[in-house]
Formats: sequence, structure tokens, C-alpha cells
Amino acid sequence: MKVTTAAMVAAAVLTSPCAAWAAGDEVVIGDIDDMSGVYADVMGAGGVEAIKMAIADFGGTVLNKKIVTLVADHQNKPDIGASKFREWADQNGLNLLLGGSNTGVNIAMAKVAAAKKVPYFAIGPGGASLTNEDCTAYSVHYVYDTTALANGTATAIVNAGGKSWFYLTADYAFGTQLQTAASKVVESHGGKNLGAVRVPLGASDFSSFLLQAQASGAQVLGLANAGTDFSNSLKAANEFGITAKMKPAALLAFLSDVHSIGLQAAQGLYLTTAWYWDLNPETRAFAKRYFAKMNREPTMDQAGAYSATMTYLKAVKAVGSTDPEKVMAELKRTKINDMFAKGGYIRADGAMIHDMYVMQVKTPQESKYPWDYYKLVKTMSGEEAFGPITGLCPLAPK
Amino acid sequence: MRATSVLYMLAALFALSLPLTGIYPVYAIQLLCFAMFACAYNLLLGFGRMLSFGHAAFFGSAAYATCWLVTARAWGPAAAILAGVLVAGLLGGVIGAVAIRRRGIYFAMVTLALAQLVYFVCLEAPFTGGENGLQGVARGSLFGLVSLKSDIVMYYLVFGAFVAVFALIRRVVHSPFGQVLKAIRENELRAVSLGYDVNRYKLVAFVLSAALAGLAGSLKALALGFATLSDVQQAASGEVILMTLLGGTGTFFGPVLGAGIIVTLQHYLSDLVGGWVTAIIGAIFVVCVLSFRRGIVGEWVALWSRSGGAAGRLRRLFRPDGR
Amino acid sequence: MSEIFGIPVAVILGQLTLGLVNGSFYALLSLGLAVIFGLMGVVNFAHGAFYTLGAFAALLGLQWFGLNYWLALLIAPLLVGLLGVVVERLLLRRLNGLDPLYGLLLTFGLALIVEGSLHQVFGSTGHSYPVPQSLAGALNLGFMILPLYRAWVILASVVVCFTTWFVIERTRLGTTLRAATANAALLQAFGVNVPVLKALSYGGGVALAALAGVLASPIVLVNSHMGTSLVIVVFAVVVIGGMGSIFGAIVSGLALGLIEGFTKVIYPEASNIVVFVIMAVVLILRPAGLFGRE
Repeated sequence: MKVTTAAMVAAAVLTSPCAAWAAGDEVVIGDIDDMSGVYADVMGAGGVEAIKMAIADFGGTVLNKKIVTLVADHQNKPDIGASKFREWADQNGLNLLLGGSNTGVNIAMAKVAAAKKVPYFAIGPGGASLTNEDCTAYSVHYVYDTTALANGTATAIVNAGGKSWFYLTADYAFGTQLQTAASKVVESHGGKNLGAVRVPLGASDFSSFLLQAQASGAQVLGLANAGTDFSNSLKAANEFGITAKMKPAALLAFLSDVHSIGLQAAQGLYLTTAWYWDLNPETRAFAKRYFAKMNREPTMDQAGAYSATMTYLKAVKAVGSTDPEKVMAELKRTKINDMFAKGGYIRADGAMIHDMYVMQVKTPQESKYPWDYYKLVKTMSGEEAFGPITGLCPLAPK
Repeated sequence: MRATSVLYMLAALFALSLPLTGIYPVYAIQLLCFAMFACAYNLLLGFGRMLSFGHAAFFGSAAYATCWLVTARAWGPAAAILAGVLVAGLLGGVIGAVAIRRRGIYFAMVTLALAQLVYFVCLEAPFTGGENGLQGVARGSLFGLVSLKSDIVMYYLVFGAFVAVFALIRRVVHSPFGQVLKAIRENELRAVSLGYDVNRYKLVAFVLSAALAGLAGSLKALALGFATLSDVQQAASGEVILMTLLGGTGTFFGPVLGAGIIVTLQHYLSDLVGGWVTAIIGAIFVVCVLSFRRGIVGEWVALWSRSGGAAGRLRRLFRPDGR
Repeated sequence: MSEIFGIPVAVILGQLTLGLVNGSFYALLSLGLAVIFGLMGVVNFAHGAFYTLGAFAALLGLQWFGLNYWLALLIAPLLVGLLGVVVERLLLRRLNGLDPLYGLLLTFGLALIVEGSLHQVFGSTGHSYPVPQSLAGALNLGFMILPLYRAWVILASVVVCFTTWFVIERTRLGTTLRAATANAALLQAFGVNVPVLKALSYGGGVALAALAGVLASPIVLVNSHMGTSLVIVVFAVVVIGGMGSIFGAIVSGLALGLIEGFTKVIYPEASNIVVFVIMAVVLILRPAGLFGRE
């Protein structure tokens, strides 16, 4: 038996991707994301495509080294995401990690980034703790966060008359942080928070939770969830007649969600986004190229993945090396001006400060062509959206 | 006996020199932890013939206990691991006390349901971090002397623990206690008629198995730096059953081999075939149950025993009851 | 509205109604499990997988063949039942005479195969299945708005459960089946084809699971994991009701659905575990289950 085991392990050794460092002549960019679960449409395969587009547009090589991509599905499990990141850092010479949706997984990956000193761009997650309690010297929170979402959407709804709120919260880091952020905004605008109910991520039946929400008598149903959780809870709320009495608040909604719900059900919803394909000629140009490959318009995450990859590669070229300290220092010095953000910059706590847009979903009559879903209500400057430095991140004291 | 000792020493030598072979230490640590888990499980299934369907509860609860003590109470690794073992053992005592009231299939279903209860507690309790689990657990330094930050040092610690667990299980099985357990397995009614308090023996075996599973869980959590719901989920219970079954229940090295195969499969297959891993594991399960019930080691032993002589001597070395 | 212990009656009634819907599923699934266990001594771990297969059959039937809901209600259980018969003949039969634990392990492996394959092919997000037109709309019950479809689920489950119970306990066929459980060899000596009976029982039991799956499709999202956590709860229900008792399975299923609904009102965090706690208590006080005979 020992012989069998020994032979087996030997075989494993011979076939395993041991620390054969291709890192010498390659630049390795990794993407760990939810590829098959509730957030698969938000970044997922489209995000991978966007990253590849950026690499191709950059020229395919940097510092005379070929750029290689690695992709993995974290299945919304922190242990899988963290283990994969650690393995790529130890065994594959990873130079940059882009993280897809799910705040819980991204918090775990941020810790690995700090331990292994690998630059890490969190594209998909929302939790603002990534630039507060969970900040690290190597992580950048690129697209949006729960503070910006609350400042945009919650403010708009409270000002439109929704004074009492009850939350349906996805029961993990993102949901709770979003609920906290929204509650603060509601209270600071003179509203009241009547309570919340926690729902497991990926729940398939929201009926009992919605009944609890209805029992509260609140005016607004705050949906502190995202992806298919959001679209399903909204559908169920319609089914059970809840939306007749409570106004739904889409605290995080992506273009892909509105597309799957349909304008009939989604019309009138306020939402906050970092980017919209139909904003200006530059965004439309990118969207057109993306659409040709994916047959869908890109969400803000997918556009953000493109921009983040470009920004990193430009920084590497500027400092002439992939050394993590030098690249991170350069990243925090540069301004980001591309189709994704104008005058964007990365703050000491890792937050990428850029404009955010409060949108309202058009009615079916207002929509003139496919994917014409949003009308702009308000543009918030980066400072207004992301708020001041809170001092919770040791790297960015007040 | 000498042949076995030589073989064990060779294996130990190989394992000790592992860092030189370039094998990823974290992968080796995972393998050893699951091998420990499977050996602990085999104590119950192979030597006690009690099919527990919720052993992940012990593995995972120890992982959570250890991680929480390190992050929230700044305990050192040795104390945290010990605490994890105690938690798992205590939980084993509670669950065992309820489950042992039934036998066979009913016993399995009760352990399944109670393990699910543990899962939900881990999901809902405020200090377990819900869906995120407990993250960023520092390895610390053992007794304040040896820093465990290096993967290689951690590996040696885990290997040491594995050897200790393996030796302990052998000792228990060959002891008078183990003999009574075997008697209960062979014919419970007769054991009762001989005056043995059967339930007490079963409970002790259950608690011991749970505690050792907890040790594996604590070590794994400390090595990887987190405890998550995957550690207490039904899937983990199923995996350890498969490891034990595949390797060979009732043998000593079977579970180790089974764990090695499954962990390696998961590690390398997932890169190749992605999500099909679950279905493939299921297929292996089915094949095992239908035609491979003795497991790899068990079949090997049976093969050797068919051809008496020198093989018969070897057979006596490997069959745990020395028949 | 009036209140009980500070909780509005409307809220309690609303959650109880939803609990009754869940209870209907528990009853249907535990019924299938009890039938299979009672008649074959096999603990069918793959029960959740067959439930999922039933839902997928309805979904794919609609997407690929335009099969409407009512046809799916008939065809999906038939197809899955047939699959069950095949599984019994090819696989389970080989375990005759062995420790029943092997049956449990085999069906466990089967469940992994089915769910793993479905996950790989269809992803883990749910696919939505539309409520049939004739059942769209809602009833205003005063204390809540209940979609008509959920009322239908309760009705359908009660009818199916009662019919099955009636067949097993009160008809000639049922008597034969019960005799096969008691003493298969003797029954075979009387000329009854017991192996065929066993295959049909397994097929019938999983067909019930598939029926539950079709009924569930418009409510929950059809995904590869819909059966996994459900089956563990159903096991607990069957243990509470008594493993071989059909009546126990139905009553416990419905009752536990109601209890779960009530728990959601007074102590929502515990609603997931209340079934298991009750199971532990029942085991300590009455190991054979509430209606079991041992």
C-alpha cells in the first residue's frame, strides 16, 4: 500500500504544475469570479472577455513579455477564491488579480493579496469595508461600493417621499453593508428604518420574507441584494401584491438585471451606476465592440474590468517593472482618463474615486431601441458619491 | 512485523523529504488533514460499523472554534487546536448520545439531520461570520517558539499530528477496548448477553472519532487561514465516506489512500473538467458500492490472501485483526 | 387587526398559509420516501435528485417541446418513474441481501451524479418556469394576497397524498404491497412476482418525487440544488413520522410545514433548525417515531 501511495504521489509530482516560474517571461493576469451562480451575468464570462479586449488593445505584451490570463470560478465560496488566489500566487507567478462579484469572497482574497503582495483590483464586489476595515496596501476597489449606492439611490427615494424603510437583506457581507449604508442615508434625510429580514444568498423562495416585510407597514421595500436575488425578489414582490403598497428600492441593480426583469416590471426604479453604455460616444464605441463579441451590452462591471486592466498595464509600462510596490505607488499617483472614468484617481485607502450616476429606469414607451433602459437623473462627483475618508483604514487616516 | 515497519519507515522518509520534491506544501497539508479525517471516520465505520452521515459537523465545528479563538481571543495555535478538539469531542458526545439510540440506517439519518442542525447554527450564529466564515486567521507561533508562517514548517506540524493520530488509532484498535468494539460489531446481542455496556462502548468510539476529526479540522483551518460553511456542509460528510469506502474500510491505510486519491482528483480534475468533479465522484461512489465494497486496500489484501504462503504472511500483517 | 401575543393575526395566518404550502411538499416527498422504505427497506438518498429531475423535465419539456404545465404534470412523473424502475433493476437489485447501508450509499452516489451533471450542464442559477395561465392571478384572503398557484399546490398535494394512502391501505394492490414488505419470500411462494413489485414501488416512489418537482417549478427557481437541502429536511420528517408509516409521513409533513411557518413569525432564525430539533426530541422520547410501529 505504501508502494501504491508512493507511486501515486510520484505521479502527482511529475504531472503537477510545480513552481515552474514562467514568471520570468510572462505577465500573468488572473480573474476569479462567480461564473455560474447568482452573479454570473454581472461580470462572469463577459468580464473575462473585457479583460482580453483590454490586453489586445494594449498590444498583447508589456515590457517585452507576453500577457497571459488565468480564469477561475469561485462559486461564491470564500475558501475556493482564497485558495485559488494563493495557489496562483505561489505556483503561477501571478502579477495581477481581478476579483469578480461577492464581497465575502473578495474580503478573503484581499487578505491573500496582502500576504502574497499581489496587486488586486476588486471589480465586482460592493462592500465598502474593502476600503475601510478590510483595506490592504495592495487592493483597489475600482467600480462602485455600498456607500456610493446608498448616497445615490437611497437619497433619491427619500427625497421622492419614501420615508419609512424595511429591508430584505442578502445575508452576507455585501447585504449587511448595503443595508447599513442605506439606513444611514435614510436617517440623515429624516426618514425611519423600521427593520430588516435576512435572506440566504441564492434563496429560491422569497415569499415568507416578503410577508414579514409587508407586516412592517413601511413605505419602501429596500432590496439589499443583487443579481438574480434582486430580480427574483422583485418578481415575487409583484406576485404577492406587495409592490402595490410598498415602493421597491433597487439598492444595487445592473443592466443585466433590468434586461432579465423587463421594463414592464422594472420601470420607474431608481438605481446608481458607475457607467452606462449609452452615456456618450466613447462609451458607445466600447459597447459596440463588446456587443459584437457577447451579443449583450456591457454592465458597469464589465466596462470596469476593461478599464482596470488597461490602467494596470499602463502603470507597469510607466515604472518599467511588475514589482508590486512600485506599481501600487504609480497607481496611486496617476489619473484615470478613459471611456470608463474621467479624472478618476485611486485614493490612499484603495478606493477609485470617479463620477457616479443616479438613473431611473425608463417606461416601455420611453424606450426607443434595444437596451435603451436608463435616463439620467443626477451625476454625483466622486467625492460626493464615495464620501470622505472615514479613517477606518489604517493606510488612510482622517 | 518487520516488513510493515520497513514500509512505514520508507513512507515516512518520503513524507519528511516532501519539501525537496517541489510538491506544493499547502496541497500536501490538505491531503494529510483529510487523511486524518478519513482515519478518524474509519474508526467508527470500519471498526465499529456505524455509518455516520454527518461527520463534517465535527470537522467543521473544530475549525470554527479554532479560528474564532485565534481571531477573537488571540489564542496561540496549540491552545486553539486543543480547544477545537475538545469542542468536536463534546459535540460528538451530544450527537452520539442521541444517535446511538438507533441503529443502522436510522443511526445514519439521525447523524445526518443533527449535522444539518450544526450547519445552520454555523450559518446563523453571530460569531461565525455567516456565509463568509472566519477569515484571515493567523497561524501564530507554536508555544511562542516556532513560527508557523512558513508553509513547510506548518507541513511538518501537520505530518507529526498525522503520524500521532495514525499510531493512536492502531493502538486503540489493538487494545482491549478495540477488541470489545470488534465483538460488538460482529454480534451486538451476544456482546450484550456477555454483560458489556454496549452503548457506552459505542459512545466512546463515537466521541473519539469526533475528537480526531476535529483535530484534522482545526489543523486544516489553521493552515489555510479560514473556516467556512464548506467545512460543515453535507458534501464534506459525503466526501469522507467516499474516501474511507474507496480506500478500504476496516484497514489502516485504506482511508489514507482514499483521501489521497480524492484530494488529488479534486485538485487536478477541477482544472481539467471543471464542474464535472461532483458527478465523477458520485460515479466512483456507485462503482465502489456495487463492485468494490472492500475498497482498494481491502481488495489488495483479499487478492494476496487468495494465494497463501508468503502472501499469507503479508496478509496477516495487513489485516488488522491478525487473522 | 387583532393581535396574539403582540403579533398581528394577519401575519401569523399569512406565514401559516405559506407553511402549509411548504408542508404540502414535505408531505409529498416523505410519502415517496416512506413508500420506498416501507416496501423495499431502501433509504432513497436520491429522492431529492428525482425531485429535481421532475422539475427539469417540466422546464425542458416546455423549452424544447412546448409541453405545457398540465402535460408535464403527467409526463414528467411517468418518465422519472421509468428511470426509477431502470435504476432499481440495474443497480439496487444487485444489493439484495446486503446490509441496507449500501443501498443508502448507492443512492447517495446517484444523487451526486444527477446533481453534479445538472449543475455542470445548466449552471447553478435558477431557471424560471412560468405559472400556467389558468392558475395565474391571486386570491385576496384578507390577511394576505395568495397567488392562486400556491392554493392549487396545497389542493393537489392533499389529493395525491390521500389517494396514495387509500391505495396502499385500502385496496387489494396495497395489501399485496404491504404483504411484500412483511414477508417477500412467502408472497413469492404464493405466485406473486415480487421483483416486479419492488421495481414498480421504487418507480412509483420516485414518480411522486418528480410530481412534487413539477408542482414546485413555478414557485422556486429550477436549479440543480433544489433537492439537496430539501431531502435532508424530508428525512427528518420521515424519522419523526415513523419510517414505515405512510400516514405518519403525510401528517408529519403537513404539520412540520405549519410549525416551520409559525416559527418564522416568532423566531425567524430558528425556522431552519426547528425540524431537526423536533426530530431529536421525538427520538429521545419515542424512538420509533410518532406513528411508527417497531
